[in-house]
Amino acid sequence: MRHTFRVRIFVTGLAIAGGALADTLRIELPNETATLKLGPGADVANGHCLVCHSAEYITTQPRDKPLAFWKAEVEKMKKVYGAPVPDDQIDPIAAYLARNYGLTPP
Amino acid sequence: MTHENEVARRARREFLRAAGTMGLGSLLSARAVTALAAQSVTLPVANGDRPLAQYPQKRPLILQTSRPPQLETPFEVFDAGVLTPNDAFFVRYHLAGIPTEIDPDTFRISVKGKVNTSLQFSLADLRKLDPIEYVAVNQCSGNSRAFSTPRVAGGQLGNGGMGNAKWRGVALRTVLDMAGIQAGARQVRFDGLDVPVLPTTPDFAKALDLDHAADGEVMLAYSMNDADLPMLNGYPVRLIVPGYFGTYWVKHLNEITVLDSVLDNFWMTSAYRVPDNPCACVPAGTAPKKTVPISRFPVRSFITNVKEGAIVKAGHPLMVRGIAFDGGYGIRAVDVSIDGGQTWRATRLGKDLGKYSFRQWQTALSLSRGAHTIQVRAINNIGQSQPLEASWNPAGYMRHVVETTHVMAA
Repeated sequence: MRHTFRVRIFVTGLAIAGGALADTLRIELPNETATLKLGPGADVANGHCLVCHSAEYITTQPRDKPLAFWKAEVEKMKKVYGAPVPDDQIDPIAAYLARNYGLTPP
Repeated sequence: MTHENEVARRARREFLRAAGTMGLGSLLSARAVTALAAQSVTLPVANGDRPLAQYPQKRPLILQTSRPPQLETPFEVFDAGVLTPNDAFFVRYHLAGIPTEIDPDTFRISVKGKVNTSLQFSLADLRKLDPIEYVAVNQCSGNSRAFSTPRVAGGQLGNGGMGNAKWRGVALRTVLDMAGIQAGARQVRFDGLDVPVLPTTPDFAKALDLDHAADGEVMLAYSMNDADLPMLNGYPVRLIVPGYFGTYWVKHLNEITVLDSVLDNFWMTSAYRVPDNPCACVPAGTAPKKTVPISRFPVRSFITNVKEGAIVKAGHPLMVRGIAFDGGYGIRAVDVSIDGGQTWRATRLGKDLGKYSFRQWQTALSLSRGAHTIQVRAINNIGQSQPLEASWNPAGYMRHVVETTHVMAA
């Protein structure tokens, strides 16, 4: 049952003589459910971080890390993954992440 | 964790049975069933709560991330059989632009670059070539990363970022031979249909040295456990690099490019690198001076049937069983210790499904009343084994410490 729900096989063409009939495989991904915590900086974090990945990339990280850890993550996203984060937004995003998911007290 | 999982599965089974009896099956969506089972697991680390989520062609799996999907196999699956069912096999993507619709009639794999003749293969073309088949473990480089101490950034997987399947397809060498490798070729680059969200993000592509790529074992697999690959495991064709970490097992493989250079991209030169020393490790919290691309699995072994914290019967035979594997030399022995690693006793190995497969093992222990630790280690055919203390590297790759299970005999 669960197979037929999310995976719909569509017949995409008529079988031709001597050729096998193959079906297009289509899947439908479930909706995302995780969100980032509300609070100061949430809008800028939502606006930048969640363009390329879901919130679990943040929420599942170890919680015993200082601001420097989160700043390094934001810089990595900008430098190596090409996230278009303006330089003056790096610190606000890192501060939000450290406050909500790290060691910096709220 | 595993207890909750069992409860979840039982609840789900019961529900499905009831629904079937009532003839309601066709009216109920998988989403509703998942919601009714509404389950989560707790990995045994800080911040270890994870929901179970049902993705297409998959049973409920541990949801690490939803976009792109990273799904971990619940550990009890590894006790249920030596092959990991396709619907339980772990999922790991890097980039959120993943294909959700593929027509196998129009899908093509191109072979190009430093070849005499650029070629295109349809799925039907591949199926006409001589097939090869073997059982092989795939394991995520960051499997068990959540247990790194100190903790490190990255996907916070427990031990379920691995799986063992029977792969069938065409040797990469076969298609390379058909295209004809030109003099001066050094590496082969592999790219799949997944793409980054932003054009500024490096596309995911990996490379193998030509000798490795053309070793006759590296495979373009179109079959997994005698069925099509699930979409999320790389349908319709993925690269199989037996003994090597999953980062090389490119999914939805559609471009094979022979290079006269060494691939210089983020995924080879920055990511997926380990310290260049025999343990692939550095003192905890420090940075390596020199790194190399991650490659073969180190030896690992697990107990699959005795849970952490289990209460067992004192003075009665306790059947202990599990799995072991390595990077392709084959498992020679699996030993267990109940004295903290001072002495080891041999276990009985299960059927040999090939040097790249999980190898099952089992033994009977008799434990006196009180608290015990059961430890397991494997030794491969070239004498490699596992450390008693976990090694550490900054990315949390290649964990392979001797696993320890605490039990109480009463």
